[in-house]
Amino acid sequence: MIRTITKRKPFEEVEKLLEDVERVFIIGCGTCTTMCHTGGQPEVQEMEEKLRQKGKVVTGWMVIPVACDELTHEALEEHGDAIEAAQALLIMTCAFGVQTVSAHLKKVVLPAVDTLFIGLESGLGMFSEVCNQCGECILGDTGGICPVTACHKGLVNGPCGGTKKGKCEIDPDKDCAWTLIYERLKQQGKLEKMLKYYPPKNFQVEPKPGKIFIPEEEGGEQ
Amino acid sequence: MARCFKEVLNSGKFVITSEIGPPKGTNLEKMLHHIDLLKDKVDAMNVTDHQSSVMRFPSIGGVLAIKERGGEPILQMTCRDRNRLALQAELLFAYTRGIRNVLCLTGDAVPVGDHKMAKGVFDLDSSQLLRTVRQLESGKDLGGNDLDGKVEFCAGAIVTPEADPLEPQLIKFEKKVDSGAEFFQTQAIYDLNNFRRFMDFARRFKVKILAGIILLVSARMAKYMNNNVPGIFVPQALIDELASAPKGTALKKGIEIAGRMIRQIKDEEICDGVHVMAIGKEEVVPDILDVAGI
Repeated sequence: MIRTITKRKPFEEVEKLLEDVERVFIIGCGTCTTMCHTGGQPEVQEMEEKLRQKGKVVTGWMVIPVACDELTHEALEEHGDAIEAAQALLIMTCAFGVQTVSAHLKKVVLPAVDTLFIGLESGLGMFSEVCNQCGECILGDTGGICPVTACHKGLVNGPCGGTKKGKCEIDPDKDCAWTLIYERLKQQGKLEKMLKYYPPKNFQVEPKPGKIFIPEEEGGEQ
Repeated sequence: MARCFKEVLNSGKFVITSEIGPPKGTNLEKMLHHIDLLKDKVDAMNVTDHQSSVMRFPSIGGVLAIKERGGEPILQMTCRDRNRLALQAELLFAYTRGIRNVLCLTGDAVPVGDHKMAKGVFDLDSSQLLRTVRQLESGKDLGGNDLDGKVEFCAGAIVTPEADPLEPQLIKFEKKVDSGAEFFQTQAIYDLNNFRRFMDFARRFKVKILAGIILLVSARMAKYMNNNVPGIFVPQALIDELASAPKGTALKKGIEIAGRMIRQIKDEEICDGVHVMAIGKEEVVPDILDVAGI
C-alpha cells in the first residue's frame, strides 16, 4: 500500500521547536506515521514521556485514525479541553496531517516528523519512493518502471554515464533505474522503446501549487 | 591562431583534444599556464564544467581565456546546475564571444561533489541539450520564439565504451547521434580490444570518435578508478606495469602508457582521434604527445 513516508526529527530539534512552550498536546496518526513507526501510539507515548522528563506539561495526546481525513475535525473535538489547555500542538503525522489539523484549529502547530516522499515499504523497515506525481506519465514506454522517480537525476532519455555494474553513481546499493528499464524492455522484446526521444518535460502540467477541477461526468478526461 | 575545430574534425587528420580544469578560486595562473602550454599542441581544449559536481571557476570563463590566448576551446556544458533558460542564454553569450564548440553533458550527480545539499537541476538532459543547440541554430528558442540573431556550434557529446551494462549506453549513444551530436569524446578507455568492439558499433554512424585517455599516475590510482569510477576499466596488466615501475617513476610509466596507447590508436586507425585528460597534471600532456610521436 502506498503511503506517506516520514522520519522523526531529532529530539533536539523538537526541543528547540518547543523552546517557548510549556503546555503541549501531542497528535499522532493511525495510518502512515503508525506504519513508518514515526507517529503511532508507541511513538506518541514515548514522546510524552520524554517531554515530561524535560519538564513540559503534556495536556494530553491522541492518535487520529487518518490525520489527513475530513473526520479529523470530529476526532479533535473529542479532546477539546486538553487541546485548549495547550499552548501548542506537537504533531507526529505527515505534513498533510499537520496542515489538516492547522486548518481546523487556530492553535500553533509544530511538526515532529519530516515528510520525505510518497512510497511503499519495500522490505522490513525499508521504504522506497514510487511516484513523484510529475503529471506526464511515461510508464508505458519504460516497462512500468518510473525513471522520473527511480533515476536520481530523473532522466527520461536513457542512462547517464554514472552506471556501475547496474548500480547508481550516488549509491552502490541503489539500482540504476535505466538498467532495470533496459532489462524489462529487453525481456518484453520492446528495446526499440529506449530509442524514443522525449522532449524537455513540461513542469507546468499543473502549475504549483497543484489545483485542478475534474468534472464528474468527464472523469477528468481531456 | 588555432584552426576551427569543425574543420579539423572533417579534415581526416588524427584529432587531438585535451582538457583544462578551472581553479577553485580566482587565481587563474595555473590554468592560464596550462592553456599557453597546450594551445599550439592540441586541436582544441575542453574546459570542464564543475567536474565531479565540485564548484569551481566556470567553464565559460575558461573557454574565453583560451579564446583570448589564441587557442580553440570546447565549452563543456552540463544540465546539472542550470535550467533551460540559463543554458540557452549561455549558448547565446558563448556564440557572441566567438565560442563555436560545445560538449553537451547531463552532468554528474550533485551528491558526488562538494555541495551535497544543492538542488540538482536536470531540467534538460544531454540529448535534449544537443537538440537545444540545433533549435537555437534554426533561429528559434525552446519556447518557439524567434531569436534576433542565431547561433552556430559544432556540438559533441560523451559516451562510455566500458559501461556495464553496455547496451543501454549504446542506445543512448544512438539517441545522441539522432539529436545532432557531431563528435564524441569517450570516457577513459584502457582495453583496446574492448574499444575496437565499441568502434565496430560506432563506425555505423557518421560521427567522429575521440578516444578518452586519462593519464594513470600510479597503480593505486588505477585500482581506485576500477573500484570507484563508473565506466572505467583498467586491465590488470596495466596495473602490474605501473606497480613494477621503480620508485618515483610511476608518473613516467603512466606517460609512457598513455603515449603508447595514443600511438597505437593512431597507427591502427582505430578511431578519429584522442581526448587526453591529465587531471591536474596538464603540464605533462606535451610529454605524452611526444611519446605518441605527435
